[in-house]
Parts: sequence; structure tokens; C-alpha cells
Amino acid sequence: MIQAILVFNNHGKPRLVRFYQRFPEEIQQQIVRETFHLVLKRDDNICNFLEGGSLIGGSDYKLIYRHYATLYFVFCVDSSESELGILDLIQVFVETLDKCFENVCELDLIFHMDKVHYILQEVVMGGMVLETNMNEIVAQMDAQSRLEKSEGGLSAAPARAVSAVKNINLPEIPRNINIGDLNIKVPNLSQFV
Amino acid sequence: MLVSSLKLHDLIEEIRGAKTQAQEREVIQKECAHIRAAFRDGDPMQRHRQLAKLLYVHMLGYPAHFGQMECLKLIASPRFIDKRVGYLGAMLLLDERHDAHLLITNSIKNDLSQGIQPVQGLALCTLSTMGSAEMCRDLATEVEKLLLQPGPYVRKKAILTAVHMVRKVPELSDIFLPPCVTLLHERHHGILLGTITLITELCQRSPAALRHFQKVVPKLVQILRTLVTAGYSTEHNISGVSDPFLQVQILRLLRILGRNHEESSETMNDLLAQVATNTDTRRNAGSAVLYETVLTIMDIRSAAGLRVLAVNILGRFLLKSDRNIRYVALTSLLRLVQSDHSAVQRHRPTVVECLRETDASLSRRALELSLALVNSSNVRVMTQELQAFLESCPSDLRADCASGILLAAERFAPTKRWHIDTILHVLTTAGAYVRDDAVANLTLLIGGAQELHAYSVHRLYHALAEDISQQPLVQVATWCIGEYGDFLLENCEETETLQKVEEEEVLALLEKVLQSHLSLPATRGYALTALMKLSTRLQGDINRIRQVVSIYGSCVDVELQQRAVEYNTLFQKYDHMRAAILEKIPLVEHGNHQAEAAAKESQAAAQLSEDKASVPTEPQTSKLLDLLDLLDDTPGDTQQPPTLNPCPVGGLVHLLDLPCAPPPPAPIPNLKVFEREGVRLNLSFTRPPGTPPLLLITVTTTNSSEDDVTHFVCQAAVPKNFQLQLQAPSGNTAPARSGLPITQLFRVLNPNKAPLRLKLRVTYNHFGQSVQEIFEVHNLPVETWQ
Repeated sequence: MIQAILVFNNHGKPRLVRFYQRFPEEIQQQIVRETFHLVLKRDDNICNFLEGGSLIGGSDYKLIYRHYATLYFVFCVDSSESELGILDLIQVFVETLDKCFENVCELDLIFHMDKVHYILQEVVMGGMVLETNMNEIVAQMDAQSRLEKSEGGLSAAPARAVSAVKNINLPEIPRNINIGDLNIKVPNLSQFV
Repeated sequence: MLVSSLKLHDLIEEIRGAKTQAQEREVIQKECAHIRAAFRDGDPMQRHRQLAKLLYVHMLGYPAHFGQMECLKLIASPRFIDKRVGYLGAMLLLDERHDAHLLITNSIKNDLSQGIQPVQGLALCTLSTMGSAEMCRDLATEVEKLLLQPGPYVRKKAILTAVHMVRKVPELSDIFLPPCVTLLHERHHGILLGTITLITELCQRSPAALRHFQKVVPKLVQILRTLVTAGYSTEHNISGVSDPFLQVQILRLLRILGRNHEESSETMNDLLAQVATNTDTRRNAGSAVLYETVLTIMDIRSAAGLRVLAVNILGRFLLKSDRNIRYVALTSLLRLVQSDHSAVQRHRPTVVECLRETDASLSRRALELSLALVNSSNVRVMTQELQAFLESCPSDLRADCASGILLAAERFAPTKRWHIDTILHVLTTAGAYVRDDAVANLTLLIGGAQELHAYSVHRLYHALAEDISQQPLVQVATWCIGEYGDFLLENCEETETLQKVEEEEVLALLEKVLQSHLSLPATRGYALTALMKLSTRLQGDINRIRQVVSIYGSCVDVELQQRAVEYNTLFQKYDHMRAAILEKIPLVEHGNHQAEAAAKESQAAAQLSEDKASVPTEPQTSKLLDLLDLLDDTPGDTQQPPTLNPCPVGGLVHLLDLPCAPPPPAPIPNLKVFEREGVRLNLSFTRPPGTPPLLLITVTTTNSSEDDVTHFVCQAAVPKNFQLQLQAPSGNTAPARSGLPITQLFRVLNPNKAPLRLKLRVTYNHFGQSVQEIFEVHNLPVETWQ
């Protein structure tokens, strides 16, 4: 099971912090800091597995991390997960972020932290791998944003319609239009002006 | 309100713009105040924005507990955008320990039955992340319903939620077990993945479930086969492998089902062979699948050929340049080394190569594996490699490496000289990291190797001359110089390079050790004693030694002072005994029980106290006392000065205090423990009412035979968590024909109330033969330790 997923940048600033086991807040922050220090010491061409620090659990846990440009993606897992599989999972997650944000960069993660959480929720749920098919995840995210928009749209529609009509500059409408034999009586539209 | 509080985007900008930590804190505090106010009476439509800001601030480490109730309100709102943030907040801020968490149970229930997929998904996600046992019990039926409804999105989430529920409330496995088999027939990969995770969890929790699911092995094999043989599919393809995540999960489950089960293993054999040979391992995904296959092959009852194939695959992994794969291969080889030792041995050279890696994780694994691979045929080569590693390895691995080498040397040493050399090398390279008993072991070893005394003392002397900072080395060297210093004055035939040394140099070196601030108090004790011993070994003037000893008579360290005073006395009043007392020790047997050593020690202490005035009948035992004193004064906790070993002094005090009279009659039954040719040993037990952990044992030796028993010595050993004190026996002769028996009192302290085990060793002369018996006392009455 996956204990925690941490994303932080080269200076240790957290960009995404998700724990699947309960820790008190101070311990959470400590874990982030400790993980950062452990991971920072690693060269770029050595293996991506670290025996875990002392805070996040006993000897059963290890840290599996990948370094993308300015960000470290760290998954803390126990022995029931396949280490090489988790490496692929990190890759899937990052590719999905890329697809959802169109060429994702650190700023996207910073300013849309909630969206990143929602995407992560589609990949990993309760510490277990839920879905690894990128297309499905992206489709789901699209469906959700459509739902969001439609809700916001509906409640705001009447207000928008009224204000739109108010702004139309209607010229004076004649009361009677006489064209030959036809006599059209124009209804009173004053209440809309 | 809206005007003064920021949008999330702007808040983040401001925080990033803050130049110092204090500035950032200020911005955040101000904003939190706004958020609090907004929660109280702000616009309900904007509440989700406020909570989003709060969650961001929470991630940075600032307190956000006041948002908890807000999460509940948002979850109850009908709008999706509110629910989303509300549920996220619940997952990040709420947990089992807050009573508020139960309040969302109702909201979750409503959301689960609503039928709007994203909303149901959110509810399930929250439940699986922070659902407590009560929540799980309440909502189990809801989740079960969702398992069987048509949409795959909600179903896969429901399955994983079921896994979480089973973990929290094991009784729920009864509810979730029946649907599993039907779910396996689904095509959707997400559902399959979740189902397999659920089945794995159920099987791990109950053997009954395991047996139940063994019948789905054919189905699993079929699914895996489809995945493996399927052509390229865009859907779940990861670098050419079709859904490696699902493949790996299936392989894991097959492993669990096939363990110790012939039938299942047989069903899997073909498939595993197919996967093992056909998987493309150029990319990580393929390696992941292959690796899992190898682990499964090794764990189930597979054919022998298949196992060999598996180990070879692991060997191939070791040769790859990708370090991750090598790491993973080393980990699994370590697991296999116990069961398939010879197969793993074949890859020993590659493993040793990995030792030279700069990667710390990799070299740690390689070290563990190398130590496990050492055996009598490769010990020389391996030790060389390991010693080279010891010199260059990072400090956190040094202790393990050093103790590993010493252990391997002890088990497989081809010759004693090689053994001594190895230990010496380890002590010089990594002396500070060796375990405490290394000193004791080495002294015993050297003591036992009579032919190597000269060689050892020469080598140790020269090592010491170069470097007096490594304490274990210094201790062993000073002890050795003390014992065998006379060899130093002659050339050593074994190695021509080690020349003889002058007396003055030896004394100078010992004094240097004694005075150096690098030496621990224990080390100085060693050095002082060594100096004393040299007073009998060296022919020259011993005034220098006398001087040093008398100076230390007023040393601040109590231990040293005591020794110095005693040695001074030896020089003055007991000069005639000095040679006898400071003789070379006889070969000591390697006793593993510390208590046995302590027992001998207090035995000797008893002798010493009673016979101090007259010429000691057993100068050997008092020398034993000295040696054991040294052995027990181990470096141990190098931070604090070692306390004086309580036994000799304490033992003396006790012995002088306690009467030798036999204890009052015991309510605990007596036990006859030994009989041979008319010599009988009886044990009687007393538990004094005032001190529950204390047990007094009286050993009575009677002799009904025709010949006297002389030189009778009885020693005892108890397990480590006990304390044992032996009183002096009433005598060591048991006259023939039931003369006066020998009695001896043992005091056993058992603070943990652990079951008592007692081993006795008796030596005596009888009918002209010397008899030695060692035996464990069986049938100890329960009252002795309860």
C-alpha cells in the first residue's frame, strides 16, 4: 500500500502533500522535510529507491522517487508494492498531469493544487492503485469540469439574461404599423426597456 | 468581504512574493482571519473558494483546523463544485480522532445513493481514505450495492473502498467475498485491478478465503495469458507491455494462491514459463513484470527447471546497467539465499562487483548478500573483498560490515593465524565500529593459539605503535603485550619484518597509552595491568613500573586508583607472591554464558577473600579473576566510564555479610539432580517472603561411596536475564561413607519472573580419576520462579 505521495521542488517547498495514513500535522511537515533532505543527497544516476527515513514507518517502508526538472515526485510505499511498478506509476501520473494541463510545469501545480489532487484521486485511491489508463482519467476529469460549469452556468443564467436585455438600446417602437390594408397592433414592450 | 479577501490565485501570488518567512506568515495570518470571517457570515456561493485557500495554506504547514466544520457544510451542499472541495478538505483535515468525522457519514450515504457518478466517486474516495471502523460498518451495504451496478467508474471505486473496509473491519469480508468471483469476469481493467486487490486482501486475512479462491486460479491464468499474448493495444499500453500493473497484480495473487498448493502451482507453471521467456525487458515495465514472475516462481511449488531459470534471470538482472533493476535483483537474491544457496552462489562474482558501486542503496544490499554468501570455500577471497569495501564504505555501513567480517571469520576461518590477521585488520580499519565482544573474542582467540603468541604480540605491538586511537585495538594490544611481552624482546621467526623491541620502548608505549587523553578509562585499566604483568616478564629494572603504579595510586578515577593501590601492595607486602599471581593465564574455555563467567568469578572472589592472608591455594583462580575482570570490563558503552564490575567487590561484601548457615527448611520440594558412583547432588529451594524475585538454592553433595571426593568445585549458569551469586562452599572434600556433605548456597534473582533454567558444572577427583560433568537441571518446580 502507498503510505504517502509527496511532490516538492528542488528547494523543498511542498507542491502536493497526500498522506494515506493518519499522521498529526507537525509530523507530516517533518516527514516532508526529512524526505526532502534524504532525496536531495542522491545523485542523478543512482537508483531511485531509498530505504525510508525513521519517521514514516519502520523498516518495511521505502521511498521511491523520480526527479523531473525542478520537481521531485516521491511515493512512500511498503513491501506489498512492486518497486519497478511504482516507478511506472509515477510516470503515468506525470503524463496524465501533462495531458490535463497541456505541457505541465511547476507553476501549474502551484496555482492549481486542487486540480492536481483531483487527478491524483483518479489514479490512487486509499493508498491503492485505482486506474492507470490515461484516457479514462482525462475523460473523467473532463466530465467533472463539464458538470462544474453546467452548475455554475444554470444558477447564473437568469441574472445574465436580465442584464443583457437591459443593455439593449431599443429605439422607439411605433404603436401602429399601417401597411396598406393591414393594421398591426404592436404590444406594449415598455416594461423591458 | 469579497473585495478584501483574495482569490486563490492571488493569494498564492502574494505568498510567493513574500521575501521572508515572517512576511509569508503575516500574509497567511491576515488571510486566515478573512477566511474565518467568511466562514461565519460570508457568501455561501464563495465558500468553496475560501476552503480551497485554506487547504493551500494547510499544505504549507499552517494550522487549518477551523475549516473542519466548513467541510461538512460544503459536502452537504447540492453543488458539485462545493462537494468536491468539501470532500477534499475532509480527506486532508478530518480523521478518526475528531468526533466531527462521523457527521459526514450521513452525507456520504446520501451521495452514494444519488446516482450522479462523479459525486458517488467523491464519496467513495473519501470513505476509502479516512473512513473509520464505525463509518465502514454503517455504509457497507451501500458500497456492496454499488459493486454490482453497471457503470465501471463507480464500480472500480466501490471495489477499492471495499478493500479499505475489509482492512478496518475484518468481519465485513463476509459481505464482500461473494461478488468477487463474478467481478473477475469483467473486461474493464480498472475493475479487474480492483477485484484482484480485493481478493488478495481477503486471502491474506483468512485461510478459508484462500482456499475458496484457489478455484479461480484457472481464470486468473486465462486473464494473464490474454494480456501477455494480446497484440499492441493503445488502451493500457506502457512501453510495449499491455497493462503491466494488472499483470503484476495477477502474478502477486497467483503467488499467494500457489504457495504450498500443488494443484494451483501446476496450473500456473506453463504460463509462468511463457511470461518468463517472452517478456521484453528493454524497458522498465517489462522488467517489472519479469521480476514479479521470478518471485512467483520461487515462491510456489514450481518445477526445478523453472526455478533455475528464475535464478538465472535474476543473475541477468544483476548485469544490467539500470541500477534500479540491479537493486531489485539484489533484494530478491537475498530472500532466496537461504532456500537456493547453491544457485545464488553462482552469481557471487557479480554481487561482489556491486559492492564497488558508489550508490549507497545498492552497496548496502550487496553487502548483506555478500555476507550471506560467505562459506568455507570462498572465505579468503570474500574477506579480502569485504575488507577493501570496509575501507571505502560510508560510515553507516561500517558497523554492519565490520561485524559481518568478524562473524564470517569466526565461522569459516581456515587457520588461526589468518583469523588473527583478519581481526587485526578490521580493528585497524574500523576499530570504532566493532561490536563490544570483539575484544573479548580476540583475546580468547589469541590466548588459545599458543603457537601464535609471539606472532600476535609482535603484530599487535607494531599496530599499536602506529596508532593508539582505536580503542578496541588498543585494549587487545595492551592485554597481549602484558601477557606475552617477553616474546617482544626476541625476534619473531614467523615474519622477519617484525624485529625485536627494546624494553624501554615497550614501557614507553604502555605509558603513552596510559596517559593519552584518547584512551578510555577501561583502556587505561588494561594498560596499567599490562604494566604490572610486565614487571615479572621483563628482566630489566622495574623501578619505572613501580613509579607509574604508585603515581596512579592517587588517580581521580576510582577504578584505576583501586588497581594501582592493589598493585602497589603487591610490590610491597606481597612481593614474594607477585610472580605467582602474575603468571601467564591458562587456556580459558570459551564460555558463552556471562553468568557462568560471573559465577566463576565470584567463586574465585570467594576463594580470594577467605585465603588472602595465607598463600593462595589457587593462584590460577585469582589470575582467572584478573582475566575475567578484564573480560567483563568490556568497552560496552564507550560514552560513560565503566562502573566497577560489581561481582568481585560486591561479591566480597555479600560473602562477608551472609552467614554460611544452611537456609531454613523450604516449602518447595527438593530435587535430586545428579548421581554418579555414590556421589549425589541435591538441590533445595527457598523463596524468602520479603523479596519475591529472590530464590535461594542450596546444593548439597553427599558421598556414599568408599572413596573420598576431593577438589570438588560446583559452578552454575543461568539465562541472561537472571542474576546469580555463588557463595563459597562449605569445603571441597566430601569424605567417604556419607561423611559431612558439602553445601553451597546460590542466590538467584529473577526480576522478570521468567522460567528458571539452571546449568551446573561439577568437577572433582574420585577414585583417582578426575570427573567433570555438565548438565542442565530439569523438572525445576514451578514455585521456584513464579
